[in-house]
Amino acid sequence: MALVYAGVCSHAPGITARAERADPVVRDEFYANLEIMRQDIKNSGAEALIVVGAEHFANFFMNNMPAFCIGMGDEYSGPIEDPDWLKIQPHKVPGSPELSMRIISEVMQTVDTAFAEEWKFDHGIMVPLHFLTPDYDLPIIPVNINCQGPPLTPLHRAWEFGEALRRACDAVPEKVALVGTGGISHWPATPDSGKINEEWDRDFLEKFKRNDKDAMLAYDDVQTYNDAGQGGFEIRTFIATAAAAKGATADVHFFAPIPIFAVGCTCARFNL
Amino acid sequence: MSLYYLQKVLYELNRDAGVQQQYLDDVESLLGKYTLTEEERTALKKPDIGLLYVLGVNGQILMHFAAFHKIEWDDYLQSMRDGVTEHGAVRAGVYAMTGGGDNFTKDTEAKQEVD
Ligand SMILES: [Fe+2]
Repeated sequence: MALVYAGVCSHAPGITARAERADPVVRDEFYANLEIMRQDIKNSGAEALIVVGAEHFANFFMNNMPAFCIGMGDEYSGPIEDPDWLKIQPHKVPGSPELSMRIISEVMQTVDTAFAEEWKFDHGIMVPLHFLTPDYDLPIIPVNINCQGPPLTPLHRAWEFGEALRRACDAVPEKVALVGTGGISHWPATPDSGKINEEWDRDFLEKFKRNDKDAMLAYDDVQTYNDAGQGGFEIRTFIATAAAAKGATADVHFFAPIPIFAVGCTCARFNL
Repeated sequence: MSLYYLQKVLYELNRDAGVQQQYLDDVESLLGKYTLTEEERTALKKPDIGLLYVLGVNGQILMHFAAFHKIEWDDYLQSMRDGVTEHGAVRAGVYAMTGGGDNFTKDTEAKQEVD
């Protein structure tokens, strides 16, 4: 049992950048739940944290866009965004190249993942780390699923990738934690920022909680775009995490739309 | 059709302090390396966030560029709305405006101190 924690959280830049504009009661409850995630990860004894993210053109572009990529760096850095804007100062983040190598090798048995020894983090990873490893002392293995540059990674491939990640975690002696991070419905970085389809989110989270593979893989991108915005494409990270949890159910310990954060803010852990 | 290169300039700028410095020091020679139309070149230099948005620059790429220019959040959102008013609907990509130009946050925000 080398996967010792699996969960998901939101990563929208507004979570830190526009903190003072949110309703303080809801915001602080959200932050308290991110703190619960931090403690859960710490208590799990995790020696490394895999962050399955959906980056926003910090490293990958349409000149050579991988469907999947796993970091194999010694060290990473972030945020790429203006630190005064994101309100997260620049940090070096430790990697674990040797562990990455073993995980990538195992994943590659079934999924053609790219790998990268260089990786700059954007808000998609820096916002979660700001709360989950605020001292930047836990080795991170960044993972990306293409949720941005169409053609996007198909949902069923995200599932198979999650299964491969689990197999890889189980194959190493280290204790590994895994956090998927993405939005559910949202329209980030458009004039509609702050629009949230709460009903769609709650419906998705019901399927996610019971780890209903068929129901999650039945989403279709055209419909998701109409109902949940282009931010909804990031359900790939939730789906991969559910697959890595190998059928375990999830406890969604926080969900609330926070429009100025541009997303229904979510914290969940799987009952591994 | 040079939207690819228009976005590529911004991708490289957003992630690299060296390219950002070049943009500030000698934007002409930076932009000279990419296949761009005159309209795109002008929009990048100004910067014309509304036009870049309508031309189809991915929202995430544009958001980081607006942050680099220290454009306030509300002004950045309004620039995109103004861009649509002035130039019409977003021409490419998946970041189109679908909310009719509404503000989706104002009713739920914490009360701000007015000084
Ligand atoms: Fe995102």
